[in-house]
Amino acid sequence: MLELSALFHGFAVVLTPFNLLLMMIGIVLGVIIGVLPGLGGANGVAILLPLTFTMPPTSAIIMLSCIYWGALFGGAITSILFNIPGEPWSVATTFDGYPMAQQGRAGEALTAAFTSSFIGALVAVIMITFLAPLVAQFALQFGPPEFFSVYLLTFCSFIGMGKGSPFKTLTAMTLGFALAAVGMDTVTGQLRLIFGFTDLMRGFDFLIAVIGLFGIGEILLSMEEGLSFAGKTAKINPKVVFETWKKLPHYWLTSLRSCLIGCWMGITPGGATPASFMSYGVAKRVSKDGDKFGTGQIEGVIAPETAAHAAGTSALLPMLALGIPGSPTAAVLLGGLLIWGLQPGPLLFVEQKDFVWGLIASMYLGNLAGLIIVLTCVPLFAAILRIPFSIIAPVIIVICAIGAYTVHNAMLDIWFMLLFGVIGYVFKKLDYPLAPLVLALVLGDRAEDSFRQSMLISQGEVSVFFSNWLVGGITALSLVMLFWPLVSRLIARLRGA
Amino acid sequence: MDHDKDSTTGAGISMRATELVVAALLFVAGAVVVYDSYRLGSKWGSDGPQSGYFPFYIGLLICISSGINFAQALMARRMDPEIFVAWGPFKLVLTVLIPAAVYVLGVKYIGIYLASAIYIALFMAWLGKYSWLRSIAVGVAVNVSFFLMFEVWFKVPLYKGDLDPLRFLGY
Repeated sequence: MLELSALFHGFAVVLTPFNLLLMMIGIVLGVIIGVLPGLGGANGVAILLPLTFTMPPTSAIIMLSCIYWGALFGGAITSILFNIPGEPWSVATTFDGYPMAQQGRAGEALTAAFTSSFIGALVAVIMITFLAPLVAQFALQFGPPEFFSVYLLTFCSFIGMGKGSPFKTLTAMTLGFALAAVGMDTVTGQLRLIFGFTDLMRGFDFLIAVIGLFGIGEILLSMEEGLSFAGKTAKINPKVVFETWKKLPHYWLTSLRSCLIGCWMGITPGGATPASFMSYGVAKRVSKDGDKFGTGQIEGVIAPETAAHAAGTSALLPMLALGIPGSPTAAVLLGGLLIWGLQPGPLLFVEQKDFVWGLIASMYLGNLAGLIIVLTCVPLFAAILRIPFSIIAPVIIVICAIGAYTVHNAMLDIWFMLLFGVIGYVFKKLDYPLAPLVLALVLGDRAEDSFRQSMLISQGEVSVFFSNWLVGGITALSLVMLFWPLVSRLIARLRGA
Repeated sequence: MDHDKDSTTGAGISMRATELVVAALLFVAGAVVVYDSYRLGSKWGSDGPQSGYFPFYIGLLICISSGINFAQALMARRMDPEIFVAWGPFKLVLTVLIPAAVYVLGVKYIGIYLASAIYIALFMAWLGKYSWLRSIAVGVAVNVSFFLMFEVWFKVPLYKGDLDPLRFLGY
């Protein structure tokens, strides 16, 4: 029960008035970010990151992770009331959430969504509390080949588990690696891929990419759809809340299943979006009211919301324990660690106990605070969406520009942001996935370092990635993931024969 | 029903053409990476792997995968949807994108605060059809609050532009 005492120590770290205040600010900002089109968890956190440079790291991560929780909650509001998913992971929530709102059951749908989000997150945090220290301890024995094989696993699962074309995933991912290579080579000090432009020496910062790809790209997409918000009114009163809560225990099996799907998809870098779709799909297939899904079934709200929140939360486990983020937002938080001078990786649990356990404790409190805030303030947040798009859009572009500038105080970065915005718009429309691009951009240097170190150890022999059972096992698993589409087809054929 | 069909197959930028152009551009990007890595040395040096060792293979992978994407787009019998973006929505996208580029240019010369105020006001007045008074009021109010937040409270200085027209404020 070492974890429990560490956790209580974490609560002691969090429970200062300053940290609690930051937590509240984080949640409220996060919900607003989640509700607004163009601002989401990843770029919202990226934009606000520079404001935390001077804060103590623990306070900073508490605020930023609370923005993340808030954004997860906020996505559900727009899906249910406006049929506009504020975040990609809440697309599946629109299927049954909006019909419920149309039938005048908006309060019920919102309560169900928020409560299941909370439960999903809670289960994921409990898992993190007990599993992350074990994983970190185990990872302390890792050398460069092991780390590289874990990176390999991360990226191979993107290719094998992705919904779209595996080659598009591969292209997006390798583009991310190539962008990460631009600038000074960390080992030899040589300048790479800058073609004489000294401004490129710093390389492409992934924060700029995140702000452009997700922020500007999203605005361009929303503009194309010519947004006309026609929302349902939100009224939540305590009576509706309690009546919905009375119904929820009937769906315990759906919740449990969705939690498991979410946790699994969050740890392997599937992320919240596929988790929510998968959970909705499974619930539809298994439920006895399956054919009524899409007409306003409360189960159709519970399943995706639970899974999305569980996945979004458990994406922080590999980030904390291994230094490998499971989602773009976790990647931005990881970038924060580097900026605050902390070295991500398994040693974090040994050297930065206050930081790690403070963060984990704040996940418990942050999600509880989030649930209370969204349940009580829904009409307020919904009102934000009634501000016309022609005011919101330029303000968001200005916020993105400021965010891009503050990362390095470089004017050129604002141009890059715009460029990434166009790339984000085109890639989204052509089904090139953005998450692998961002993760490759973040992890590029570190993946390359571990690859080169492994190569140095083995004097250029690739067999080092099979040199013992651990690294060999992970590498083999990566290859299975990589060829999973082929493998699963083969299995299906064998079964058919 | 017919009307629906029109809106998805009507005039616009073709999906196939966009796929092909993007794949070709990415192929060129991959080739550039391969070229520069080769120049830096993509082999095994006296002290281990050279600087271009890792990016060389990354560039190669970009070329291969975008080559396959290109071929797949070329061979596909029919694209779903067939157009990347119809002209109407495309115009809307450009009405956001072009002013945004002009805005970034403005930031370079007159700084973030002034350029943002003008940008928000013009955007509201032109695209949102608000009265000038209202547009200017919102533009100024938003930027005064940003100024207070960044320069005064958080002490994060933002870009004031090459011409620095707000010099008189003393920040």
